[in-house]
Amino acid sequence: MNKAGQAIRLKKEILVRIIKAFFSDNFEEQARLIPYAMRPKGMEVPYRCCIYKERAIIKDRTIAGLGFPIEEDDETVSLSTYAHEALERKEISDKNLTVLQAACKGCLTNRIYVTDLCQGCVARPCKSTCKFGAISIVDGRSVIDETKCKRCKMCINACPYNAIVKITVPCEDSCPVGAIHKDETGFASIDYDKCINCGKCTMACPFGAVHERSQIIDILKAIKSDKKVIAMIAPSIAGQFPGTIYQMKAAIKKSGFDDVYEVAQGADVTANTEAKEFLERMEKAEKGEVGESGKVQTFMTTSCCAGYNELIKKHLTEIKPYKSDTGTPLYYTAQIVKKEHPEAITVFVSPCVAKRAESYDNPNVDYVMNYEELGALFVALNIQIAELDGEKYEVESSKQARNFGITGGVAESVKASLKEEDAIKPFVINGLDKDSIRQLKKFAKSGMCEGGCNLVEVMCCEGGCIGGNATINNQKTAKKQIDKLLEESEDIKKID
Amino acid sequence: MENKKITVRVCVGTTCFVMGGANLQELNDIIPRKYGDKAEVLGSNCLGLCSINWEYSKAPYVKIDEDVVSEATTEKVLAELDKKIAEQSKE
Repeated sequence: MNKAGQAIRLKKEILVRIIKAFFSDNFEEQARLIPYAMRPKGMEVPYRCCIYKERAIIKDRTIAGLGFPIEEDDETVSLSTYAHEALERKEISDKNLTVLQAACKGCLTNRIYVTDLCQGCVARPCKSTCKFGAISIVDGRSVIDETKCKRCKMCINACPYNAIVKITVPCEDSCPVGAIHKDETGFASIDYDKCINCGKCTMACPFGAVHERSQIIDILKAIKSDKKVIAMIAPSIAGQFPGTIYQMKAAIKKSGFDDVYEVAQGADVTANTEAKEFLERMEKAEKGEVGESGKVQTFMTTSCCAGYNELIKKHLTEIKPYKSDTGTPLYYTAQIVKKEHPEAITVFVSPCVAKRAESYDNPNVDYVMNYEELGALFVALNIQIAELDGEKYEVESSKQARNFGITGGVAESVKASLKEEDAIKPFVINGLDKDSIRQLKKFAKSGMCEGGCNLVEVMCCEGGCIGGNATINNQKTAKKQIDKLLEESEDIKKID
Repeated sequence: MENKKITVRVCVGTTCFVMGGANLQELNDIIPRKYGDKAEVLGSNCLGLCSINWEYSKAPYVKIDEDVVSEATTEKVLAELDKKIAEQSKE
């Protein structure tokens, strides 16, 4: 669940208003009025210096909600024009995140800093503990030389007065690949060549300055047209809303979709296919055959997490030979849906922004709607999920497939697909950060995983997809809800 | 007058849940621990407050006895509850 609290609530409220505007008799005018409706004249100013800045920031957030990059806005274009252009738009962009620089605080630079609490003690443990000679004593107090400091934090731990602190830039700190930085203006900007779309910065920024570029208008347009529109819901959704996944199907149909598929259906294919691939790879390794990496490959990694796949593409090509060639659950589900309904528009309902990148590259997925956007759609249309009668799915998915969105669940499903489950020794990477990326690099270099493990499950978000940047529920209750569904579900089919 | 138990109703209708009510579920743990038998917390179907005149923007809602807390956060609910309990013990 998102830690940015009220900032996230703001984003959701804007989405609700955009959707309400879309369904009104004058979308463009109602879109233009959003900042004024949310910050009417005379209202107490909640966050910024004045009501005008509040409105300017809400306007920018609305631009992202309409699917455009905030960075390119020059402030002269009205929201009604953006709304009009969103209606005219035929194609979506491959850039999924946008930074609202006016909301960005321009946080103090990331560094280690000695505060006034420094007592200028005689022992000087900070100075003696620093391996880089970065600390000197000036006028009886410790001072850090920025050019020498490596931010190892040893001095922070050494100071008995807790006088030394790390000043953090939350977005920079959260990014596992160094793709977001304060630029020359002092405000955050994203390097899209490096960005793996993990969405961690959107959760980390307490000002809610990083936005997803929404495709909600494109989706609503499709719903309004006479085309058939089919939603494919990610397994983690089972823990996100009040109500069952069967009531979810009814709710999504009530909001205008023609049909709903569980992506868990594709997860069953992924698990079985990956299990087969695992056996083939391990057989090769046992015979001592060298793999694509030029080494004997004694482990395989999972391949379903979009953030992980982006990481491999942009930063970690050496692990690619170890990644399973099996498609993601979305890949198989979208394939099934397009085969059964070639004329349909497909919308993936997603816990995270990373799947936008995967979907952009997959011709079988037309649009992505995240959980926050789906929630906003329910709010705008006043759909009470828990009060609806549930609807069955044509294909019921397995217990293991429905557990794909929780850390450990994917490895578990591959294991359960095998007759001899003990053949698999899983190693679970629960969240990508600098440490776990280092770990993966080490595995790739040696061709071996730690402790004789042979299946590495990688999930970009801590906790799994239930920790995705666009989730609504907290992980504890989300897991409880999913566990309840698992109890009612059948075990996965084993491979021959 | 003997103090009666205060009832906290957390709305789990779709609107409240989406707009931040999901986070209020932690009250289920906090309130019994902090207040013992002075207060009880209940989930509630849609309280109907969000449908009044575009007022969804004030969701999530919590009802403490008959008083409504709008744009509820855990901190806000606990502060209201403290106030209420202090008033009760004065009476």
